[in-house]
Amino acid sequence: MTEQGDRWTAEQVLALAPDVASRKAGGRLGGPGPWSQTGGSASGAVWGLCKGSGSTPYRTVVDLTGPAYKCSCPSRKFPCKHALGLLLLWAAEGLGEPGQAPDWAGEWLAGRAAKAARPAGGPAKPVDEEAARRRAERRAARVGAGVGELEQRLSDLLRGGLAGQEQTGYAGWEETAARMVDAQAPGLAARVRELGTIPSCGPGWPARMLEEAALLHLLDRAWLGVSALPEPLAATVRNRVGIPGASGEGEAVRDRWLVLSQYDSVSADGRLTTRRIWLRGLGSGRPALVLDFGPPGRPPGLALPVGLVLEAEARFRPGSAGLRADLGERFAAATPCAQAPAGVSTEAALEAYGAALREDPWLDSWPVVLGPVLPIPGELGWQLADVEGTSALPVALAGGRSRSGLWQLAALSGGGPVTVFGECGHRGFTPLTAWQPDTPEPVALV
Amino acid sequence: METLDGETPHGDWEELVGVALLGTERRQGSPEALLDAAAVQTVRRRAGLRPAEAGPRPEPAPRDPRPAPPEAARRRLAQLLAGRSGAAGGGGRRGTAPDLTELLPQWLAAAGRYGYRAPAALVPALLDAARARTDLRPQALALAGVRGLWLARLNPDWRFALRGGSGGGGELPEVTDAAGVERLWQEGLFAERVALLGAVRAHEAAGATRLLATTWATERAEDRLMFLDSLRVGLSEGDEPFLEAALGDRSRNVRATAAELLSALPGSALAGRMAERALACVGPEGVTPPAECDAGMLRDGVVKRPPAGRGERAWWLGQLVEAAPLSCWPERFGGLGPAEIVARPVAEGWAEELHAAWCRAAVRQRDPGWSQALLGSASAPAAAGPGTASIAERAKLLSILPEGERARWVAEFVRAHGLSEAFQLLGVCGVPWAGVLGRAVVDALDAARAAGSYPWSFSGVMGLAERCLDPAEAGRLEALTAAPEDPDSAPGAAAYWSEAFQRLVATLRIRATMLSELTPPL
Repeated sequence: MTEQGDRWTAEQVLALAPDVASRKAGGRLGGPGPWSQTGGSASGAVWGLCKGSGSTPYRTVVDLTGPAYKCSCPSRKFPCKHALGLLLLWAAEGLGEPGQAPDWAGEWLAGRAAKAARPAGGPAKPVDEEAARRRAERRAARVGAGVGELEQRLSDLLRGGLAGQEQTGYAGWEETAARMVDAQAPGLAARVRELGTIPSCGPGWPARMLEEAALLHLLDRAWLGVSALPEPLAATVRNRVGIPGASGEGEAVRDRWLVLSQYDSVSADGRLTTRRIWLRGLGSGRPALVLDFGPPGRPPGLALPVGLVLEAEARFRPGSAGLRADLGERFAAATPCAQAPAGVSTEAALEAYGAALREDPWLDSWPVVLGPVLPIPGELGWQLADVEGTSALPVALAGGRSRSGLWQLAALSGGGPVTVFGECGHRGFTPLTAWQPDTPEPVALV
Repeated sequence: METLDGETPHGDWEELVGVALLGTERRQGSPEALLDAAAVQTVRRRAGLRPAEAGPRPEPAPRDPRPAPPEAARRRLAQLLAGRSGAAGGGGRRGTAPDLTELLPQWLAAAGRYGYRAPAALVPALLDAARARTDLRPQALALAGVRGLWLARLNPDWRFALRGGSGGGGELPEVTDAAGVERLWQEGLFAERVALLGAVRAHEAAGATRLLATTWATERAEDRLMFLDSLRVGLSEGDEPFLEAALGDRSRNVRATAAELLSALPGSALAGRMAERALACVGPEGVTPPAECDAGMLRDGVVKRPPAGRGERAWWLGQLVEAAPLSCWPERFGGLGPAEIVARPVAEGWAEELHAAWCRAAVRQRDPGWSQALLGSASAPAAAGPGTASIAERAKLLSILPEGERARWVAEFVRAHGLSEAFQLLGVCGVPWAGVLGRAVVDALDAARAAGSYPWSFSGVMGLAERCLDPAEAGRLEALTAAPEDPDSAPGAAAYWSEAFQRLVATLRIRATMLSELTPPL
C-alpha cells in the first residue's frame, strides 16, 4: 500500500457497513483513541488492536484486496464495527509507512494469499453425466407443465378481459405463483406475483398489465421452443424462467473494473437481501452486474466501495444480455479511480437499452453513465436533461427508494452539469451515483 | 417518454389495450393472438423509446466563492452528519464511545471561522440537521450558503432556510453599490434584507437607519420589530434619533424594544429621563417606589400592568432602575463605588427587587464593574454574599465579564461548591475552557468519584466537558480511565466512572483530530 494516494474515502468505508447501527458504531471507533499497534503492508492489508470493554484488545485485520475481514471480537456482522473503525482511521489519517504485519495478522493474511494462489475449483469431481442429464430432463418436464398451465391462465385472463382485475384481487395470482414454484420455475413465479400487484398500482394499470402479461406469454412461448433458439438467447430464456447457468461456465474477462454502484434490496417477505454491484471495465468498456445474497438478518458478504478500481477477472454467465458476472481472481489491491467515467447523451442511453432488448427482451433497464446532464426537479417528477439540446429522461425511483438521493443529486448539480450513473429503462432513469465536473470523487446516491 | 411516431403507432397499442380490457370473448378473437401482438408491440415500444422534452431548467445556483474544506474535514463532516441520522439509539448507559452528534456544532463553528463552504453533496444533510435543530441553524445555513438557499427554494421541507438567518455568502450587493442596495432593500426576501441591513450597518452605522427610514412606514409590525432588533449589534449614539422616533410607534412591542435599546445607551435622552425617575425613588435615605405610572413613563416603554403575583409599584420601580444608566448611582450614594453600593443594607425588603433590577441593568449596559459587584465572591456561600443568589442571574452577569475573569470566577465557584450547581455557569464560559477552569472541573469530577457518587449524577457536566474541555487535557485525564479497586466506593461505580472518563478522553481526542483537520484555507 502506498500511503496517501490510495486511501479510500470515509464514504467508501461506510458503504461497507452491513447496517445503520454498524455505521454508527464504526464511526465512533474511527479515531485514534481506542487503537494501538496499527499498521499496514505494501500488499494491501491494515491491522490494529482495538481496546474494548474487556482486558484483552480485539485483533482486527483487513485485507483491502478483498476486502476481507478478520477480527477476534464475537460480532457476527461482516465487517464488524472494529474493522469499520480501523478502515475509517486509515481513511482519515493513514497508518504510516508500510511495514511488517504482526504474527496474529500475518498468519491470516498468509492463509489468504495461499488460498488465492491455489487454482480455483480444486480437483475436478467425477461427474455422472447421465444422472445429471436425467435430472435436467425431469426438471424441464416440470417447468414445461408449469408453462402450459400459465399459458392457460393468461388466455383465461384475456378472454374475460382485464377490466375485472381491480376487484378480483391478488389471491388468484398468488396461487398461480405458488404453482410456478412447485413447477421449479421461480423466475415465472416472481413475474406472476409482480403481475398480480399491477391493478392496485394506480392510473394506467391496464396498459402495464397487458405489457407484463404479454412479456410473460413471450417467455412461455420461448421456453416451449427453447431447443430451437440460438444459444445466448436460449440461456437468457432459461435464466428468466429460473434455471440459472452455473457460475463457472462463462467467458472470463480480465480488466480494471470500476465500481459504479452498490446497493441492497430486501425481498418482500424480508427473508433475503440482494446486493447489486455494478461494474464497468475500464479497458473493455463492458458493464457487469455482480449479485450477492444475504440470508435473514445477515448482510451479503461481498462489498465493493463505489469509486474503487480493482484489477480482476470477471466471469460472465451466459445469457441475460451478458450482464451477470462473478468476480474471479484479483490481481492487485483496489485503488480509487483517477477520473470520473465518460457519460453519454439521453438519446444514446435509450439506444443502449433498446439494443440490449435484442438479446434479452425481458430486460427492465440497462446500466448507463449519463452526462453531462442537468437534474430538473419537478412537482410531478424529476428529469435529467442533456446540457445541449432539449432532450431529457424522466427519473424513476425504482424499488421504493427514498428521494434523499435525488436531493443530493440536485445539491451536487446546483443547476449545473453532472455525470450520473444509473439504470435506464422503460420506466425511466434511476440515478445511483453522481460525479461533479472536475472531480473523480463519486457520490453514492443510494 | 414517447414512442417514435410512425414506427409503432399509438393507435395499434391503444386498440390492443382496449381489447384486453373488454376481453377477447366479446370481440371475437383469440387471446393467444392478442398476447402475441401485445408482446411484439411491447418490445418494439421499449426498444424504440425516445427522450422526452426537457422541462424548464432551474436557474443555476450563484457561485459560492468560498473554498471547500480540506478532504479530511469533509469526511469528518459526513461522519458527524451520518451519526446524527443514526442517532436515538439505546438510552441508558452510553458506554465508552463518544457522542459524535455533540461535536457537530463545534465543527460548524470552526469551519465558519475559516470561511469555508459546505461540500455540495452534504448540503441536503446539513439542511435536514438545521431543520431538526434550531440551535444549529445559523451556522449550518451560513455554511450551506447560496447552494443551500438555492435548494431551499426547490424543496418545501427546507423553506425555513428562506426565513430569518443570514442570507449566506456571495449574494449581497456591495454596500457601496447604492442602486444594488436600494433594489435588494425594495425587492429582497426578508432574510436577504436583514443580511443587507447588517452589511450596510457594518460599513456605515448611519446608513442602516437611513435605509430603514425609507420604508419604515410601510413595513409590517413583525418586520419593524425584527429590523429594530437587528440594530442591537453595533448600537451607538447615532441610532438615538431613529429609536426616539420609534417610541411613538403604533406597535407596543416596537415601542418596548426601542425603549430597551435606548436605555442601553447611557447618554441617551431616554436614559436621562429614566435616571431622573430612578434617582427620585432610590437613594441613601431608602427606597420609595413610584406612586403611579404616568404618560411619560408609558411613552418611555414602562409596562403598566405587572405580571400576576407582583405588586405594581415594585414592578414600576424595577423597570425604572433597570433602564437608568448605572453611572448615575455613585453620585447619588455620595461617591461610593458599585461594590459598596451593592453591599449597603436596603430597608423594607426592597433589596431583592433592587438588586435584580441592577443585575438586568448591568447585563443590558454590559457594565463589567457592576457585574463584578453583583456577582460577589465566587467562594462565598450564595445566601451570604452581597450580590445575587440566583444562578441564572449570575450566569448572565458572568457572560459580560472578560473571558479570563469569567473562567477564574467559575473555577473558584466549582472548587468551593462542587459541580451540582455549576452547570449553567459552565455554559457561559468560553470554549475551550481555560486551563484553570478545566482543572477545577476535572478535580471536582475526580472528587465526586472518590466520594462514591455515580457518574450519571454528573452527566450534564460530563457532556459539557466533552464539548468544552481543552483537548490538551486528554493526557492528564488518561490516568482517571483506569478502574481503581476501591472497596469503599459504591458497587459498580468504579467501572462506570472509568467508562465515563474513557468516553471523555476519546471525545477529546476526536475533537483534537477534528479541529486539526480543519486547517485554515490556503
